[in-house]
Amino acid sequence: MTAASDAALQAAPVHKARGYWATVGRRLLRDKVAVVCGFILLLIVLAAIFAPFLHLADPYQGSMIRRLRPIGTPGYPLGTDELGRDMLSRLVYGGRLSLLIGILPVILAFCIGTSLGLVAGYAGGKVNTAIMRTVDVFYAFPSVLLAIAISGVLGAGIVNSIVSLTVVFIPQITRVAESVTTSVRNLDFVDAARASGAGPLTIMRVHMLGNVLGPIFVYATGLISVSMILAAGLSFLGLGTKPPEPEWGLMLNTLRTAIYVNPGVAALPGVMIFAVSICFNMLSDGLRSAMDIRN
Amino acid sequence: MTTPLEPIADIGGAAQPLLDVKGLTKHFPIGGGLFAEKKIVRAVDDVSFQVGKGETVGIVGESGCGKSTTARLLMHLMERNSGEILFDGQLVGATFSLRELRRGMQMVFQDSYASLNPRLTIEDSIAFGPKVHGISDKAARELARDLLTKVGLRPEVFANRYPHEVSGGQRQRVNIARALALKPRLVILDEAVSALDKSVEAQVLNLLTDLKRDLGLTYLFISHDLNVVRYISDRVLVMYLGQVVELGPVDAVYDGPAHPYTRALLAAMPAMDPDERTMTPPISGDPPNPIDPPSGCRFHTRCPFAEEVCSKVVPALSPVDESGHLAACHQVIPGSGHSRAPVLEAA
Repeated sequence: MTAASDAALQAAPVHKARGYWATVGRRLLRDKVAVVCGFILLLIVLAAIFAPFLHLADPYQGSMIRRLRPIGTPGYPLGTDELGRDMLSRLVYGGRLSLLIGILPVILAFCIGTSLGLVAGYAGGKVNTAIMRTVDVFYAFPSVLLAIAISGVLGAGIVNSIVSLTVVFIPQITRVAESVTTSVRNLDFVDAARASGAGPLTIMRVHMLGNVLGPIFVYATGLISVSMILAAGLSFLGLGTKPPEPEWGLMLNTLRTAIYVNPGVAALPGVMIFAVSICFNMLSDGLRSAMDIRN
Repeated sequence: MTTPLEPIADIGGAAQPLLDVKGLTKHFPIGGGLFAEKKIVRAVDDVSFQVGKGETVGIVGESGCGKSTTARLLMHLMERNSGEILFDGQLVGATFSLRELRRGMQMVFQDSYASLNPRLTIEDSIAFGPKVHGISDKAARELARDLLTKVGLRPEVFANRYPHEVSGGQRQRVNIARALALKPRLVILDEAVSALDKSVEAQVLNLLTDLKRDLGLTYLFISHDLNVVRYISDRVLVMYLGQVVELGPVDAVYDGPAHPYTRALLAAMPAMDPDERTMTPPISGDPPNPIDPPSGCRFHTRCPFAEEVCSKVVPALSPVDESGHLAACHQVIPGSGHSRAPVLEAA
């Protein structure tokens, strides 16, 4: 840096301190794709939460004479399913369970996996070996198989599928957290913090967490779509939600026989899963670039 | 309001060295898989020296000779295999905690960017240390702004900036401020100015000189740049392959190097006069592998004066003259068996 630009920097207008997350939010709002995806997700989530206030048809009320009506039938904007239940209502109500099963395991796995990975990465040595090799055992199984196996052992049910999905995601998040932590751990500022006499917990809280959380968070948001698809798969196999509960995966399963009769309606739950997955992926992509502090 | 951080007390008085290092040794095991033979890198091997109060001691040597490992060992950032590190006569242990040692001894790292947390503002980075030692948030921030002024950065401009928003020279000033935040008595500068360009380097060196005078600091200045070391140091220590080969007052060593390695190192300095350019390489080849250091004197494989004794006997650091100038070479040890060694006076 030359003396002239040095002087320019010195004379630069006084900087107002802005929180890191405020700047991330500001950058995210400039990303159009991410904003649109976030808006769609917000719409779906709000609809699911406030479903009882939307004056929709009863999602459990079937009618034998009005089965498999096509999309656009008067009174049934998105048609009816194989038992004559209103599809719009079932999709909105189905979002409650599907989103819960999609997001909750990722949140749980994020908390547990980040703690494990942070400890493994910071401590290194034998602690690292113990944690990471245990995690590797879970890694040996394909995630779908592992989810099915754990759900099968625990039995069908929503809580059990959440537990099994959490177990599936912990090793993946732990691995990402460990590798990020290890790379940050070797930077000089961690040594400088140790040299200032701070204990490991303080260093992890002040110096590590802020630098490792970003990449792990982005990875975890990407897992939400995987979680939804796995949960749909579990329901499809009869290990997740039970009928007549509306849930996108289960609906996809029960409607698959109608695919030749009314393909439009049969595809709707899949469209929802697809839309939510894509939106989460795009949003996490936008988040990744927004979190790069050098932008 | 909590009491401001006081510098830790001087215990032994002026005569006692601030830092007394005895037989410091660090060996890194490498390899050692299931079938591979375990090998040992002798990064730092039996290094002893003292740093007096208010003194600046320079450590020079080519890359890989153990300079930075020594710094990290002194800071207790790395476990040593053996040796003692006495800070003002005290060994870290029951009566002198590691926390106290780190109040008294701080370090400035070479990489100005990697040594600052990218997610913390400059003010937060500097205030972190004092807060760890129980200073209130408000007082620590005041201290940080105070220190920014001391290192020549306007706090109202820089305090709330992030490390990537300032230049390399400014970042290194921030690192110096951070090291000073705990009011240390000894500052280890590990290649602290090496990554800066010449004009900025000169500014930072002047800043260091001023700070030393104003705050009564003691420096351990590690560098590969011989000119910089001569400028700033009172005494200099030359390292080769993890060992001290020469030690003495800076002018004595630079004007009359006693060890052939020091002579080669000084001859490799670019001359200011183009007519006196170094035409023949003063030393050739890479330093030997520290996994399997040469027997006897470690320099004998590259030394133009090597004789039989050099490959057999390890030369001890011996006085060259009365000024405290020491060298580990058989040529200065009376009666060592080297043909150039001074004759042993009859007892």
